[in-house]
Amino acid sequence: MNNPAAATVTQLTPAPTRERPPASVYGPMAWMRANLFSGVFSSIVTIVLGFLIVYAVYGLFQWAVVNAVWSVPTTAAGALDPTSCRLVHGVGACWAAIGDKWRFMLFGRYPYEQQWREALCLLLFIGLFWVSSDSRFWNKWLGAIWAVTLVVIFTLMWGGVFGLAYVAQDEWGGLPITLILATFGLALAFPLAVLVALGRRSTKLPAVKMLCVVYVELIRGVPLIALLFMANVMFPLFMPVGINPDKLLRAQVAIILFAAAYLAEVVRGGLQALPKGQAEAADALGLTYWQKTIKITLPQALRLVIPPLVNTFIGFFKDTSLVLTIGILDFLTSSKTAMADPTWQGVSTEIYIVVALVYVAFCYTMSSYSRGVERKLDRVRNR
Amino acid sequence: MSQTMEAPAIALEKVNKWYGTMHVLRDVTMNVAQKERVVVCGPSGSGKSTMIRCINRLETHQEGRIIVDGTELTDDLRALDTIRREVGMVFQSFNLFPHLTILENCTLAPISVRKMPKAEAEELAMDFLRKVKIPEQAKKFPGQLSGGQQQRVAIARALCMKPKIMLFDEPTSALDPEMIKEVLDTMVSLAESGMTMVCVTHEMGFARMVADRVVFMDRGEIVESGTPTRMFEDPQTDRLKLFLSQILRGH
Repeated sequence: MNNPAAATVTQLTPAPTRERPPASVYGPMAWMRANLFSGVFSSIVTIVLGFLIVYAVYGLFQWAVVNAVWSVPTTAAGALDPTSCRLVHGVGACWAAIGDKWRFMLFGRYPYEQQWREALCLLLFIGLFWVSSDSRFWNKWLGAIWAVTLVVIFTLMWGGVFGLAYVAQDEWGGLPITLILATFGLALAFPLAVLVALGRRSTKLPAVKMLCVVYVELIRGVPLIALLFMANVMFPLFMPVGINPDKLLRAQVAIILFAAAYLAEVVRGGLQALPKGQAEAADALGLTYWQKTIKITLPQALRLVIPPLVNTFIGFFKDTSLVLTIGILDFLTSSKTAMADPTWQGVSTEIYIVVALVYVAFCYTMSSYSRGVERKLDRVRNR
Repeated sequence: MSQTMEAPAIALEKVNKWYGTMHVLRDVTMNVAQKERVVVCGPSGSGKSTMIRCINRLETHQEGRIIVDGTELTDDLRALDTIRREVGMVFQSFNLFPHLTILENCTLAPISVRKMPKAEAEELAMDFLRKVKIPEQAKKFPGQLSGGQQQRVAIARALCMKPKIMLFDEPTSALDPEMIKEVLDTMVSLAESGMTMVCVTHEMGFARMVADRVVFMDRGEIVESGTPTRMFEDPQTDRLKLFLSQILRGH
C-alpha cells in the first residue's frame, strides 16, 4: 500500500507544459506593471514624467507644425516678404527660411548655377558609403570603386575639364566639405592608425616603437584647433617659396594625423585584449609576422573594438566642423552663415534644428550599422 | 640507447634561461632521438613548459644551444621559420582561432606557409579531421565545440603542417575529466604512427603506455630520467619520490 517506489514515480511525472506563461508575468500588461507601476513611488514618477513628456511634445508640435509658417509671399519687387514669419516669432517656426536658404546651407558659396555638381557629389558619397557597407562588395573591386568615385567627385568639385567651369577651392562649401573631410580623414587615418598601433606594440623594433609613442602622445596632447591653425599658418612657412598646398588639403592632413593618433590607441586596446595564445599559436604554425597580423590578430582585435572605433568615427565626423576656425565653410558654418541674411533676422533655432537632424542622420546611420555588424559577427560564432 | 648513431631530432645542451633574476632553466641537457616519445613531468613551476616552449622559440634561451632537426635556434629568422615548419605544437588552452571555422583553422598554415593549393589543403585537413574523429564539425566555429573536440582539432591543425616533431604542452590540463580520454586516445594513435613527440603532462597512464622515456624536472633542472617503468617503480632521487607520492595521492 505505502509503496515508496510508487511515490517516487508520481513525483517524476513531468509537469504539463503550457503554451504561454500567465498574463501576470508575460505580455504588455505585465511589462507595464513591472517597469512603470511597481510601487507607489514608481507610479508617481511615471505619471509626472508622462505628463512632462506629453506637455513637451505638445509644445513642440504647436511650434513646429500648428503655428509654423511654411511659405511667405513675394513682394512686388520680387523679394520675399518675411513679415508673417516675424509675427509668429517665438510661437511658431519659420520653415520658410529653410526653404529659401537650404541651398546655401548645403552648398555654401559654391557658384549658384554650378551647385548641381556638389549635389551630385553628395549622391556619389552616399552611394559610396552604401556600397562599402554591403559585404557583397567587400572584394578586390571595392578599392577600385573608391578610387574612381573619388576622382569623379574631385573632378566635379574642381571642374576645369570636360566643359565644367573651374571652381576655386575657396568657393567650396557646405555638406560636401564635411563629407570630404570626414571620409578622407577616417579612410586614411584608419590604416595609419593600424600601423601606428602595431608599431607601438613592436618588441623587436625599439626605434619604431619610440617613434609611434612620440607621435601618439604629441598629437593627442594638442587640441585639434591648434593643429588646424598650425597646418594653416605654420606649414606654409616650411614650404619652398611659391608652393602653397591649398587650405582644404592642409586641414585634411591635420585631421588625418589627429584622428590616426586616437584610432591607434583604440586599435592597440583591441590588440592588447587578445589572449597571448592566439599569436603564439600562429607563431608555432610558422606564419610570418604579417600573415599572423592580417589573418589572426587584427581581425579579432578590430572586432573587439567596434564600439569604441565607431565612437571615435562619430566624434571625428562632428569635429570636422572645427575647420571653421581656419575659414573653411563646412556644413555647420555655411548654415550659420546663411543665418546672417537680414531678411531672416531672428531665424536661428530652425536652422540649427535642420543642421542637427542632418548630423544625427549620419551619426545614427553609422552607429546602427556598426550594431548590425556586431550582431552579424556574433551570429557567426558564439564565443 | 640504440639510436645514438642517428642525429637526434632535438638536442639541448646546457640551456639556461632567466626571467629577470629568476633562474628558470638550469643547465638543461637533453637529447630526443628520431621517433622517440618523451614525457616531461614535474611539479608546477619546474620549468617544463618553459623548456618545451624554448624548443620552437616561443621563449628564447639565454645560454646554451638548442638544435632542432639539425638546425640551431638563433636569432636568424630563416632558421626559425624552417624549425617552426617542422615542429608542431599543441597548447594547454587549445588556442584555436575563434574567428575561423574548424576547416579554416586547419588549412590556414598549409596554404600560407607551405603554399599548398586550397583544394589540396582542404583534402589534407579533412583527412586529419577524420583521424581525430570529428570530420562532421569542419564547418563549425571553435566556440561551438567541446573542450575535448577543440583539443583534437588543435592536434589536427598542427598535423596539417606535416611536422616531423610534435610538442604537447599539458594538452589535457584544461579539460574536463570525461574529455581527457578522447584526447589521450588521439595522442596514443599518433605515437603509434611513429611521430617524434615531447609531451609535458601529468597523465602517468599515458606515460606508461607510450613513452620511451620519462624526464623529471624540478626547479629548472632535469633531476632524473629513464623508462617509465623504472622511473615510477624505482625512483632514485628523493625529489622524484616526493613528486610521485604527491600525484599518486591525488589519483
